[in-house]
Amino acid sequence: MSDDIKEIIDYLKNYDGDNISIMEVCGTHTAAISESGITDIISDKICLVSGPGCPVCVTASAYIDRLVELSVAEKTCVVTFGDMIRVRGSKKSLRDISAEGGNVVMVYSPLDIISLAEENRDVTYIFAAVGFETTTPVYALLIKEMVEKKITNIKLLTALKTMPAAIEKVYNAGKCIDGFIAPGHVSVITGSNEFIPVAEKLSVPFAVAGFTGEELLAAIYALVKSRGKGIVLNMYKSAVTAEGNIAAKNMVKQYFMPCDAAWRGMGIIKASGLILKPEYAEFDAGSEGLTEDVIFNKGCSCGEVVAGIKSPTECALYNKACTPSSPQGACMVSTEGACYHYYTNRRK
Amino acid sequence: MKITLAHGSGGLQTTELINNVFANRFSNPVLDRMEDSAVVEGAPRIAMTTDSFVVNPLIFKGGDIGRLAICGTVNDLLMRGAVPKYITCGFILEEGLESGILEQAVQSMADTASEAGVIIVAGDTKVINGNGGMYINTSGVGFVSEGIDCASANCGIGDAVIVSGNMGDHHAAILSDRMKIENDIQSDCAPLTDMVKSMLDEHIEIHAMRDITRGGLATVLNELAVSSGCMIEISEDLIPVDKRVKSFSKILGLDPLYMGNEGKLAAIVKKEHADKALDIIKSSMYGQNAAIIGNVSAGEGVVVNTHLGGRRGVGVLVGEGLPRIC
Repeated sequence: MSDDIKEIIDYLKNYDGDNISIMEVCGTHTAAISESGITDIISDKICLVSGPGCPVCVTASAYIDRLVELSVAEKTCVVTFGDMIRVRGSKKSLRDISAEGGNVVMVYSPLDIISLAEENRDVTYIFAAVGFETTTPVYALLIKEMVEKKITNIKLLTALKTMPAAIEKVYNAGKCIDGFIAPGHVSVITGSNEFIPVAEKLSVPFAVAGFTGEELLAAIYALVKSRGKGIVLNMYKSAVTAEGNIAAKNMVKQYFMPCDAAWRGMGIIKASGLILKPEYAEFDAGSEGLTEDVIFNKGCSCGEVVAGIKSPTECALYNKACTPSSPQGACMVSTEGACYHYYTNRRK
Repeated sequence: MKITLAHGSGGLQTTELINNVFANRFSNPVLDRMEDSAVVEGAPRIAMTTDSFVVNPLIFKGGDIGRLAICGTVNDLLMRGAVPKYITCGFILEEGLESGILEQAVQSMADTASEAGVIIVAGDTKVINGNGGMYINTSGVGFVSEGIDCASANCGIGDAVIVSGNMGDHHAAILSDRMKIENDIQSDCAPLTDMVKSMLDEHIEIHAMRDITRGGLATVLNELAVSSGCMIEISEDLIPVDKRVKSFSKILGLDPLYMGNEGKLAAIVKKEHADKALDIIKSSMYGQNAAIIGNVSAGEGVVVNTHLGGRRGVGVLVGEGLPRIC
């Protein structure tokens, strides 16, 4: 451990100023903070709050219901990443319907679907395209391949989200946030400049951080020191530039356009999503209007957890009715979910 | 040649398959009698276990389903302090299976059995409709010497926790293959007879032992902590993980603590015997990277002391350990 980090740990451990709340927006940061035991090291006066950066956790129930419906349609197969399989819509998850005979296939990369579709031309494959700015370029790449290879039996059911508007919504949701650890993977694509307008508007500092314990501690330290300033600090320069990945951004612009998006527990947020442009509508599996959000268990606080209003441990169901083996909400299901990490790592 | 339903008919083709593929490779005086069941020498205390192997792909870097089928059962016997002796095997083959793949798996079983010091005393083959798949069940018998009591409930306060090598190699190798990711990560699939027998021969007081397969180290240690009513404390910096596996799992959002192995054990050993046990494991065939990673204390659950000086709890694996979504 370097002397710099030792000094930072020392400062954060003995911090005795005003109470300060810092939100880690990204689910992978939530995981890294829990795994490195950071909350156990720093002063109780610095409160780390998990944010809306778990794509599965913020997906509205109507979207999952639609996937469940499609999985039992004739000659149709739903293709998804792992985490999505376990999250329940208003009644069932994809895993439930798969056990009842629904066609659900899990892939590791969206591009795996191409070979599936080429091998089985009479089946329509529906890709459950969820994710943030990080994942969208891969979906754009998928559409490009489909167009080039004239593949017509793949459609995307999209629930794609973008971060800045959601962060502003979270900031205004009630809990006083004094600084944001900006999402690292998202920033690789968007660039750190993406967060300047929101930082300036809210007069709150943002630190783009990497994923090691040391990088997160350095970001927390910088945010504590920059409290009240509307600035963006890029502390993940090995992967993030000011402008981001321009080629990826252009590719996304070619196929997708901004739209209003439904976030679980936070309602519809203006211009916080992406949807296929009208000229590519033939590849869309009916993504518009999937905004209804039914909470499976009335006591579930997932909506408030993703908005940072409640800590997982403040939910009445946490560690009682709701555990990873009997999850009542998406945040306890996903391996990027705040509740899952608080539970498995006994985070305080 | 491809396997067809005729190979499972019980007639001529079945006999040919048994003679050409199995009998010559597995040959030993017990099996060669080709009776309906094997009659073998016994011992006052025996350990028995069974396991089924359904891995996909059938052949992977560092092993294949045949080697796995022997290692899994042999290692399960060893974990109770038993010396493995006899194995039986049941094959379920799907029509369309390339006989070359079957022969490779059977040869691997024969080689691994000989390495592990067991003989295959009985077997069965069935062929079903399908798409060229292969499933193997193996059962095993081992002899347990007087005075050996290696059980999950026997962890004692102060005991040392030893792991026999790097975590997550098998899981990473299989996942790389499935995801078509090019790397040179190899499965650790191996019989642990050498290290366990040596510890038993040297009278190391092993209170509990588990092979760290599906669910990974975190799951195994949690099961031990629950069974023994104690806390297991380990240090992040001491847990051996290969560099390549570390970066592979980072990219996919996996935690090596939850990744499966097929040739690694966790031993809970009397504190005073820990250093000697570590030396024995380190000088054994598959134990070069072994390490003492923590100890047993009063309390409950599994706690990791992190690199940064914090503490975090780790629970059992829930679900399948899927790669993250972004």
